[in-house]
Amino acid sequence: MLDTLLPILIFASLALAVIGAWRRVRLWRQGRSAPVDLLKGLAAMPRRYLVDLHHVVARDKVMSNTHVATAGGFVAAAVLMVLVHGLGLAEGVLGWVLLAASATMFVGSCFVARRRRNPPARLSKGPWMRLPKSLMAFSLSIFAITLPAVGLLPDGFVEGSGSWVLALALCAVLVWGLGEMVFGMTWGGPMKHAFAGALHLAFHRRPERFSTKGGEGNRSTGLKALNLDDRQAPLGVETPSDFTWNQLLGFDACVQCGRCEAVCPAFAAGQPLNPKKLIQDMVVGMAGGSDAHYAGSPHPSQALGGKPVGEHRGSPDGPIVAREGKALVDADTLWSCTTCRACVEECPMMIEHVDAIVDMRRFLTLEHGNTPNKGAEVLDNLIATDNPGGFDPGARMHWAADLELPLMRDRQQADVLLWLGDGAYDMRNQRTLRALVKVLRAADVDFAVLGNEERDSGDVARRLGDEATFQSLAKRNIATLSQYRFQRILTCDPHSFHVLGNEYGELGGHYAVCHHSTYIAELYDAGRLHFKPWKGGSVTYHDPCYLGRYNGEFEAPRNVLRALGIEVAEMERSGFRSRCCGGGGGAPITDIPGKQRIPDMRMGDVRETGAELVAVGCPQCTAMLEGVVDASAEVRDIAELVADALIAAPASTGERSQTQEAQAAEVL
Amino acid sequence: MQPDTHAIEGLAVTVLVSVGRHPVTGRSRRADQDARGVELARSLPGADIGLLHAGRLDAGNEAALRGYLGMGFDALTLIEQPENSDALPALAEALKAAPPQLVITGERAEQGEGSGLLPYLLAERLGWPLVSGLAAVEDVSAGVATVLQALPRGQRRRLKVRLPAILTVDAAAPAPRQSAFGPAQRGRLEVNEAPVAADVELAEWQFNPARKRPKRLKIVKAASARDRFKAAAAKAEGGGGQVLTDVTAEQGAEAVYKLLKEEGVLR
Repeated sequence: MLDTLLPILIFASLALAVIGAWRRVRLWRQGRSAPVDLLKGLAAMPRRYLVDLHHVVARDKVMSNTHVATAGGFVAAAVLMVLVHGLGLAEGVLGWVLLAASATMFVGSCFVARRRRNPPARLSKGPWMRLPKSLMAFSLSIFAITLPAVGLLPDGFVEGSGSWVLALALCAVLVWGLGEMVFGMTWGGPMKHAFAGALHLAFHRRPERFSTKGGEGNRSTGLKALNLDDRQAPLGVETPSDFTWNQLLGFDACVQCGRCEAVCPAFAAGQPLNPKKLIQDMVVGMAGGSDAHYAGSPHPSQALGGKPVGEHRGSPDGPIVAREGKALVDADTLWSCTTCRACVEECPMMIEHVDAIVDMRRFLTLEHGNTPNKGAEVLDNLIATDNPGGFDPGARMHWAADLELPLMRDRQQADVLLWLGDGAYDMRNQRTLRALVKVLRAADVDFAVLGNEERDSGDVARRLGDEATFQSLAKRNIATLSQYRFQRILTCDPHSFHVLGNEYGELGGHYAVCHHSTYIAELYDAGRLHFKPWKGGSVTYHDPCYLGRYNGEFEAPRNVLRALGIEVAEMERSGFRSRCCGGGGGAPITDIPGKQRIPDMRMGDVRETGAELVAVGCPQCTAMLEGVVDASAEVRDIAELVADALIAAPASTGERSQTQEAQAAEVL
Repeated sequence: MQPDTHAIEGLAVTVLVSVGRHPVTGRSRRADQDARGVELARSLPGADIGLLHAGRLDAGNEAALRGYLGMGFDALTLIEQPENSDALPALAEALKAAPPQLVITGERAEQGEGSGLLPYLLAERLGWPLVSGLAAVEDVSAGVATVLQALPRGQRRRLKVRLPAILTVDAAAPAPRQSAFGPAQRGRLEVNEAPVAADVELAEWQFNPARKRPKRLKIVKAASARDRFKAAAAKAEGGGGQVLTDVTAEQGAEAVYKLLKEEGVLR
């Protein structure tokens, strides 16, 4: 009886899965078109899955082994199940391999079950709680029905022993397993992540993120430009169907592991943002309905109970943010993001949260004109004065009145163009800039500044969603830069660094940009800088998001500190897991209230290391961390530490030995 | 914001908008007071709002005028006028041709003459009443508008004015909303022809960059903190003033002339 029933069950579930897949694909295709090389993507998918995705999952060793056993076992078991039980090819080794695969999967599912016994808060509950049981149902039933096929049990043992009940029970368990693992994969349910995730990896909107045989992928962190020439096109994302289809596919791939939630600074600060919930909201919007079935932690809010689930609803062509009242998400949720990319860095599914948030912000700013709090004022300032503070553009160089900085306009060329950034107007950052100039002069670097010709890089405007102002600033900056000849741009502002280096390219400006910590490290290695030994207390280093996660520069600042003789007492969250200072993405401007401040939490991290000083490399981080009341550590920029430690080059060794001899002679 | 929020169906409002000038960089922009006028008009429920500008159209001006469209309008009526022409006849003609019930505008332009006389001259020409320095329009019903006029030190005066009327706003009116790029780009500038009248007086004028005038120091002779606080919070006292009633024009002019001499304005 099983011989006839099994192929029917297997092929029926496969057929249903195909129908489900078609329905799911139709949901994604509601999105806007996007240029994707489908065949190339599909060909690259196995490598992206096995290498890039696995690298992220492997940060949690237990979970990665669990996933390898469960997913690997499942894929092998599912393919072999079709061959062995569907097509009846049980001869030879196939049946034995199937036994091994389903056994491996069962072991994996035991670990999944163990994790689900006391799941951490970041994991979604609901249907996810039944997943280990479903995994077990599938693996056990496949194991059991394969035993007769390989001859471990006599053929017809199950039915033959007269126990119809046993056979029916086995079939029921198998139906459960097939239902979750095959049918549920495309009709919705926890296993949807496997189907959507595989295609998401294949058709990812940033294919350059992934490694190839040729080498590592790049970080691909620059936002994509909006076409402003088409006057009739709506700007940004108003409804879920305004996303590109592969963005919608990406949202659908979410496995609700909550790693993003665990690292999100806004979530930790109690601001109304939970990256996981936001992605799930997009899935709800794409399919239409309310968020009542969401089973993870909600968006927090000022009232610490959180935003209740079930009050928001949306549809593919309905607004995501309502002008008044509630829609799919609240505007506060989108404006809470600091664009620190911790969620993107941590996401095993390679979902691009920040892109989606900025897309939706673009609509709010460019179409609704609804940038909250100081946002509108800052954007107006950027339009009228080219800097966010509304200062006189002619006053940009006042801080350096006594430094006689060489101007590009006079020099026309220099090895290094020093990009000052808007910190030139900020008295705290002016100290950093003066320190940096001192260091450059000590190393005898040929540098020049744009002076009053420099404008804001457009970072804040772009992240507040004002793509028009960003492009206007960027195009004028590119025109200015094109007049002069220089090897590379040096800046002490990682935000300018990122925008000049990663986002101007799409608008026609290609530059070699480097952060001052990188440059100082190079100067030191070249023997052009000499430091006196460090006499201060213990020091920790705060990785700026836009230097580290955005541009992958983790080592150079540490090398500089090491050269200064400082041993860095690392914070628990440092390097690519560094916690944001709260200053990015225009967050200090939109200033969405939470139950605590992000920089306070970061200073708490600093306090845990016992450091007396925290070294930073970003004007935003300096401002945010220095704004912490009753801080346990002093905040200094790396340039300031270097400038303080500068000493004249010691005489070369030969001369030194001569003088020593001379001294010795005198003594004698 | 509105105490009485019943919709005033079909209330025709025209806001006169001008091209402003940023105080720091001198770039053209939507003028702050005019934008406040637009915001005030938008706060009238059910009002049918038209934007009207008389002036030259070039790239810089267009960007500034589109700033008003970005506050949520489909179109702006532009009466094209060459440079150095008097906008008054053109505006008066346009308003006479299709008279709205309310005309709202800023107190003075941010560039050019900026004398602040245009609303008064317009009111004179149209024979309409004018209320200056508005903070809010509370109600419009039966051809009468109830408005709040802003006085110094946050005081307000409630006035009733018969329609049609001209209202001007200053910094006391609600701050204008953000101008959104998308609607600003999509909005239409509807260019209308109108008679051109050269501004004869303007041609004879000399233009100089404005100079910051020194502020008169307020000397407070106070012994204690309490006195200083009282002095800071006190109302301006018009002690030295003089009210002239039923005097001839010559006597009035005499008095003004004498005051200007005393204050050192005329030497």
